[in-house]
Amino acid sequence: MKILAIDTSTHVMGAALAEDDKLLGEYITNFKKNHSLRLMPAIDHLMNELEIEPKELDAIAVAKGPGSYTGVRIGVTTAKSMAWALNIPVYGISSLQMLAQNGKYFSGYICPFMDARRGQVYTGLYTSENGCVKEVEKDRIIILEDWIDLLKEKQEPVLFLSQEWDKHKEAIQEKLSRQVVYGSFSDMLPKPSKLLEVVLNQGESISSHELVPEYTQLTEAEKNWLASNKGKRNDE
Amino acid sequence: MNINNQKKENEIILAVETSCDETAAAIVQGGEHILSNVVASQIESHKRFGGVVPELASRHHTENITWILEEAMKKAEVTFDDLDAVAVTEGPGLVGALLVGVNAAKAVAYARRLPLLPVHHISGHIQAARLERPWRYPALALVVSGGHTELVLLREEGEYEVIGQTRDDAAGEAYDKVARTLELPYPGGPYIDKLAAEGTPNIELPIAWLEPDSYDFSFSGLKSAVINTLHNAKQRGETIRSEDLAASFQQSVITVLTEKTKRAADHYQVEQIVLAGGVAANKGLRTAMSNTFASSSVELTIPPFSLCTDNAAMIGAAAHVQWKKNKTAGWDLNGVPGLALT
Repeated sequence: MKILAIDTSTHVMGAALAEDDKLLGEYITNFKKNHSLRLMPAIDHLMNELEIEPKELDAIAVAKGPGSYTGVRIGVTTAKSMAWALNIPVYGISSLQMLAQNGKYFSGYICPFMDARRGQVYTGLYTSENGCVKEVEKDRIIILEDWIDLLKEKQEPVLFLSQEWDKHKEAIQEKLSRQVVYGSFSDMLPKPSKLLEVVLNQGESISSHELVPEYTQLTEAEKNWLASNKGKRNDE
Repeated sequence: MNINNQKKENEIILAVETSCDETAAAIVQGGEHILSNVVASQIESHKRFGGVVPELASRHHTENITWILEEAMKKAEVTFDDLDAVAVTEGPGLVGALLVGVNAAKAVAYARRLPLLPVHHISGHIQAARLERPWRYPALALVVSGGHTELVLLREEGEYEVIGQTRDDAAGEAYDKVARTLELPYPGGPYIDKLAAEGTPNIELPIAWLEPDSYDFSFSGLKSAVINTLHNAKQRGETIRSEDLAASFQQSVITVLTEKTKRAADHYQVEQIVLAGGVAANKGLRTAMSNTFASSSVELTIPPFSLCTDNAAMIGAAAHVQWKKNKTAGWDLNGVPGLALT
């Protein structure tokens, strides 16, 4: 079974290919450049190198968010459109779970996060079980200070995985002090091969049509509308 | 890219359009025959905000895209093996919205090993005429929509020369803003058209002719004049009939559009004129254009309403020209919000 994995949910862009439980190739770049332009050439490069034709694929896995809205849409749209055209299933995996999987050998809590601006982070809490991380506090967007308070109550070591670690480490270390563990530079990087690990362990595939991004929040326009139309539902 | 060596003229193209708030896909054969034309409008989703919310439009496109592609294929009764190429709107448009169509089209083309044809949105509006009747050159196209007001000269097939364009608001934008001032529902253009038909153009409003030899347009002064007229009347405690104001506004817009089109048609000795874009659905404009060119030898083509507003069949029609010229894109195709028409 050949599975292509795609991640464009942050400025890291990645594609990986596995056959059964063998990782055949992985391509990752970590710099700010256009994913919309570069993703398909990256997939093409990987497939060419591995001499695999699109029609040989059996499934596609993608990081479905949270993350950059546009970035997530590029990955999800590419994954679902390719899967639809090939009539194969897709796996939509949390971008945070993918990152948490980098800490699968850690025995405490694993906290992947991404900066979401205005003091907020996209984050969730995971623990590792038999080589695969599972969610214990669901993915969300939250004020970092509030999240730290929640972690403090756990009173257990927390492994932090984030490309924005340096930006937030002082705030985190100040409050959590000895609870804090953090990854090395390559642990901080989301890797599409980790999507494949999650898929192989516990993935549930869906049809391409059903795959939608996980933004964890409404659009600004919807939030403002709800604020000024109290008591109404968002779909009214 | 592996384009077939034997060039077919009756190629079958899957076309995708997501430049604004319509998720659209179509199957077009030979640039003339619409095998299917599916449009999922998001008007209802954006209504409560009084205009298109770009982030919401992008979200809806992502949710709907494969459903729409599948429906287009099913309605046309074609399979992937019948397809010769995938075409997509490259720009201009809302960047986030464009990206969904572009990435979907690239993914399908890549997965099925099909050539990818990039299409300019305005060339799509213009080439909608091809679905009605064959072109005669030189030709002139007046493209009027919520985002565009352009006079485009076609000396030969697929060669676009913008000879005039708006310097501020697009005509459709002015319609929407005036409609809001008159407290009409969103989108306002069709309501103004309806109101105007019941009114008399008895209110003096400015027409921006600009320089004598210019084919450019300007509608922001007119829009402001409408707002001021209403405001001043209110201050004086007078009431103005909305029907009359709508009629006066519409007359100002239509007069400058038809007059400049006529001038350009005479100057460039065109054989054919095409009225395209969402505002081409406006009855007042259609009638005025028909009257203006009724007695001339110039052929006037106005595509049916469904092909004037954003759709993917027009992208398939324009893609036919790209197909013939072998203008394919690589896998690095990107959405270009400010793409120029060349």
